Amino acid sequence: MGWIADFYRSLIGKKVMMAASGILLVGFLLSHMASNVLVFKDPESLTHYGEWLRSFGPLLWVARIGLLGLAVLHIVAAIQLTRINQQARPVGYQRLRAESSTWGARSMRIGGVILLAFIVFHLLHFTTGTIFPGAEFEPGEVGRNVLVGFSGQPLVVAFYVVAMVALGLHLSHGVWSFFQTMGLNHPHWNRARRVIAWVLTIAIAGGLLAIPIGVAAGLAGR
Amino acid sequence: MHLDSKIPGGPLAEMWDRHKFELKLVNPANKRKFEIIVVGSGLAGASAAATLGELGYRVKCFCFQDSPRRAHSIAAQGGINAAKNYQNDGDSVFRLFYDTVKGGDFRSREANVYRLAQVSVNIIDQCVAQGVPFAREYGGLLANRSFGGAQVSRTFYARGQTGQQLLLGAYSALERQIAAGTVQMFPRTEMLDVVVVDGQARGIVTRDLVTGEIASHAGHSVILATGGYGNVFYLSTNAKGCNVTATWRAHKKGAAFGNPCFTQIHPTCIPVSGDYQSKLTLMSESLRNDGRVWVPKREGDKRPPGQIPEAERDYFLERKYPSFGNLAPRDIASRSAKEVCDEGRGVGPGGLGVYLDFAAAIQRLGKDLIAERYGNLFEMYERITAENPYEVPMRIYPAVHYTMGGLWVDYNLMSSVPGLHVLGEANFSDHGANRLGASALMQGLADGYFVIPYTLGDYLATAKPAPVNVDRPEFTEAVAAARAQVQRLLAVNGTRTVDSFHRELGRIMWDYCGMARTAAGLRTALEKIPVLRAEFWRDVKVGGSGEELNQSLEKAGRVADFMEFAELMCLDALAREESCGGHFREEYQEDGEAKRNDAEFAYVAAWEYTGDTAAPRLHKEMLAFENVHLATRSYK
Amino acid sequence: MAGSSTTTMTITLKAWRQARPGAEGRMERYAVADVSPDMSFLEMLDVLNERLIEEGRDPIAFDHDCREGICGMCSMVINGRPHGPNPATTACQLHMRSFRDGDTITVEPWRANAFPVVRDLVVDRSALDRIIQAGGFIGAATGSAPDANAIQIPKESSDRAMDAAECIGCGACVAACPNASAMLFTAAKATHLGLLPQGQPERYRRALAMVGQMDIEGFGGCTNFGECEAACPKEISVETIAQLNRDFLKATLSAR
Ligand SMILES: Cc1cc2nc3c(=O)[nH]c(=O)nc-3n(C[C@H](O)[C@H](O)[C@H](O)COP(=O)(O)OP(=O)(O)OC[C@H]3O[C@@H](n4cnc5c(N)ncnc54)[C@H](O)[C@@H]3O)c2cc1C
Ligand code: HEM
Ligand code: HEM
Ligand code: SF4
Ligand code: F3S
Ligand code: FES
Repeated sequence: MGWIADFYRSLIGKKVMMAASGILLVGFLLSHMASNVLVFKDPESLTHYGEWLRSFGPLLWVARIGLLGLAVLHIVAAIQLTRINQQARPVGYQRLRAESSTWGARSMRIGGVILLAFIVFHLLHFTTGTIFPGAEFEPGEVGRNVLVGFSGQPLVVAFYVVAMVALGLHLSHGVWSFFQTMGLNHPHWNRARRVIAWVLTIAIAGGLLAIPIGVAAGLAGR
Repeated sequence: MHLDSKIPGGPLAEMWDRHKFELKLVNPANKRKFEIIVVGSGLAGASAAATLGELGYRVKCFCFQDSPRRAHSIAAQGGINAAKNYQNDGDSVFRLFYDTVKGGDFRSREANVYRLAQVSVNIIDQCVAQGVPFAREYGGLLANRSFGGAQVSRTFYARGQTGQQLLLGAYSALERQIAAGTVQMFPRTEMLDVVVVDGQARGIVTRDLVTGEIASHAGHSVILATGGYGNVFYLSTNAKGCNVTATWRAHKKGAAFGNPCFTQIHPTCIPVSGDYQSKLTLMSESLRNDGRVWVPKREGDKRPPGQIPEAERDYFLERKYPSFGNLAPRDIASRSAKEVCDEGRGVGPGGLGVYLDFAAAIQRLGKDLIAERYGNLFEMYERITAENPYEVPMRIYPAVHYTMGGLWVDYNLMSSVPGLHVLGEANFSDHGANRLGASALMQGLADGYFVIPYTLGDYLATAKPAPVNVDRPEFTEAVAAARAQVQRLLAVNGTRTVDSFHRELGRIMWDYCGMARTAAGLRTALEKIPVLRAEFWRDVKVGGSGEELNQSLEKAGRVADFMEFAELMCLDALAREESCGGHFREEYQEDGEAKRNDAEFAYVAAWEYTGDTAAPRLHKEMLAFENVHLATRSYK
Repeated sequence: MAGSSTTTMTITLKAWRQARPGAEGRMERYAVADVSPDMSFLEMLDVLNERLIEEGRDPIAFDHDCREGICGMCSMVINGRPHGPNPATTACQLHMRSFRDGDTITVEPWRANAFPVVRDLVVDRSALDRIIQAGGFIGAATGSAPDANAIQIPKESSDRAMDAAECIGCGACVAACPNASAMLFTAAKATHLGLLPQGQPERYRRALAMVGQMDIEGFGGCTNFGECEAACPKEISVETIAQLNRDFLKATLSAR
């Protein structure tokens, strides 16, 4: 198994790990978005969905640990790579004009940090209820928690909005970057890679963004 | 000095094979014991160093650029010839041989040229195996184009970057040997002298261009592949660093200099735009396939080209050479352009330019087709001049491009100093008085891949050079002399920059030893050069020190050598009382065309150095033509 | 007609000055008058340098040789862009008409850990040579080649190989990359050779070796910024990077 360590030691290896974990996280977020927008149908469905998930018992824990593993891998690789990349230019320029990189590409690192902060807060918010401003957190009542959590909480909503914008930027570059890192390219569908990235970004970040805003605006039924 | 060309006997077609058989070999285990110094990493040097490394020799390779990949060969655009006859259009080794001898205006050695044509086919094989992406047809086979001076399509090319791709091929082979440990590379290192021990070339003196350290290296044989000396004219299509230093210092150590006056002036270059001009850019010759060359009929006509009516234009090439027209050979096209400019009919700022007009071709073929053929060249032209050649005619003017002359070598590529071999543009070469397009790349690679690996072994096996090291007095003295030269240059501390002297030297050479030469003009040059040289040593300001990266000092050393070499060039031009190829003496012409004198001048002029103040001695290697008939070139 | 323009400009140059490797450096200002718009950028530096020499000051050292955009020697960041503001143009092909009278122009060397500054604008790019040494070749010893037309190569492959082979090894990609990664340079060579049938036998070994060397040299890793492509004077595409990534992955998965 030495080759895995060798592989991970190389810069491309780290990047591939990041891309692989990143895309799995994208998969999670896609389903997370799809389930959470149920709140617009009616909060009950969302609650039922949560109950259904919990019915898997130990399996759910396996999934949770897997998810955590992916996140840790993604973040550790990101931190290591970022540090190496910063060391690669010890003396900077007086002036360097970016020409072609996108906002997404340029905000990967800061966006990642915002996302990390968000995830910590988010788990304390909706999963454990440790921080739940304005009302009482009711374990298991997922739909209701979402409604209560965002109603009359402009600061919480604002933080979610900022985080989802960061997520959108992260994905707009990240998904395209995934193709590039994994060497998934072909002259015929290189353009499609950008399109896929934007479709996923808009679906995930847009869908999730709609929830705090929609709830705060009273669009999700009580 | 006795010059033996060592041309093997027997029929032309069998000479090389027989010679290869007769050459002595070094057994594989012994190759490791020989250390070979290769100066230069262009096509000739890189191919030689890589191949010798593959064979098992221990090689040290030197170049002044920061990487061997940047040697001037990288700039060659058009292509490389080879007698593959892939087009089935009647090409053959003999035809390539014939075209090259004729193109060289019968001033090259038959035996060498024939060998060149023979190995040309191996070169293409070798390059393709290395991954050189030559242009291909849809069927997947190699494509060819035709080039000046030939009636067959035998030129292989990689877009407009053939030299680059060939050099990257040789460079990658070289890097592979560096990784294998057989070749040690010394980039940013300039050779300043050759060290001769007991009559054999046994090492070199170098300056590390970063630290300024002057050191010496010993070996069993020295190979110079240091390129051409076109920069003696200051302005040329050569890279800025091209120099005569290596070959000139070797000359001063006993290597005869062959045909120094043979220089090629290329007709299609972008004209000079101001005093600050630092180099000239070549526009591919292929443009003359569709462009028409003209100037106004009236002297001093300053109207913009579009306002000059057809009837007031002089399409001088079409007028003078109706059968070849705009495709007249390089030397002839260049001279004609100079003539009309001398008559005051030149165009553009300074009046040194002629139009190369695509209007008719665009009208006939459409802009798209022209863009497809020449798009990148048009872009390059616009980038430099800010003029759009689709709308206004290009302005072109001849510029120094290639030097056929170089150190004299025998059939084994060895100079008159035993153990000193010379390859590529640096030797006096196979091109006689004029080089055909796409033949220099061929020659560089032939020398490096397919000739020197055989002939060097023979030298080592026969001469059996004993081991030497750099403690010998010959080395320490040469190092001391090189240090003294650096100190001398720095000590002058006068008022004029090195470049200002180089420009002035260049102007003298261009005016008197350029496209058209006269005895009187050459004598004037021979008076002016020593005066300028004396002023250089009295008034040059180099600045800085010798113990650091000092580009002004690098240039100063090169210019000092050009100053000495320029005189030899003019002497050679003066002594050759005929016109042939790139050497045009106004006194020797017939109806405005070059007049060769085979009875008296069918020889290689090999000059021997006899001391700083003494006149160089001329040796003549007579040329025999047994397989081609001496004929006059006519393009009317 | 700009070609015959006679007006000249005055510019202020802010250039990086550093006496030797590892020495402290600083930006210095120079006023350059009588600049012709038809001058190349390097010719403008020549003019300034001649003046500096006459005044007994140190000229600004910069690498250059062919001055026609092919040797890859010239290397400077001009106004925050490697090789200056014009696309697909090396510093030596840049002309002063791209600037305006009165402009202040900053010039800096390539900045990367793997490219230590030698002097002023001159840097040491030998790391790129070592990447080639690691595997940027096809092992075909002289004399061992079959006839050149023995292998047919589809024109598309050969054209795409040529696109990648146009790299001049200048290092502008490294200079432009926020991570100082040499990925585009390495990928261009790996792609050139990997697209050709002759390059197949060593393809995967090559990818591993070149990438390994790139890491050893202290270049950063590629995070797909795409700045390299925009700065590349030969417009090498970042698609070559995807290609190298794929070869590297394949090599890793299949090598054992
Ligand atoms: C613009 C242009 C276009 C051309 N196009 C074509 C073409 O299409 N077809 C064709 O056949 N030919 C062409 N030529 C000619 C051809 O490119 C050259 O003649 C040929 O490449 C010379 O190769 P070389 O190996 O002899 O020397 P170079 O490539 O010049 O290499 C010289 C080497 O010697 C080193 N060197 C020099 N002096 C020293 C020193 N003092 N100390 C240490 N090292 C030193 C240099 O660093 C370099 O590595 C062209 C030439 C020019 C200028
Ligand atoms: C939680 C904290 C996170 C941090 C710190 C973080 C950080 C990063 C960083 C630094 C990159 C590399 C950017 C680059 O290489 O250009 C990256 C890439 C990526 N991230 Fe994240 N990220 C985080 C969360 C996420 C999440 C939650 C997802 C998924 C939804 C995600 C998906 C991706 C993807 C797909 C990539 C692209 C991989 C590639 O370039 O091939 N990231 N991330
Ligand atoms: C506005 C957008 C979002 C909303 C409304 C939302 C809502 C929720 C809710 C209600 C839960 C609790 C589910 C339960 O306990 O059954 C939850 C859990 C979770 N969310 Fe989100 N979420 C959002 C965005 C995100 C984002 C962007 C991420 C990741 C980057 C994320 C990661 C998680 C994780 C990891 C859990 C824990 C899952 C588990 O306990 O198994 N969420 N989210
Ligand atoms: S990829 Fe482009 S920028 Fe990088 S070294 Fe090659 S030519 Fe220069
Ligand atoms: S800019 Fe750098 S991050 Fe990659 S795509 Fe180019 S090497
Ligand atoms: S000097 Fe050769 S590319 Fe600029």
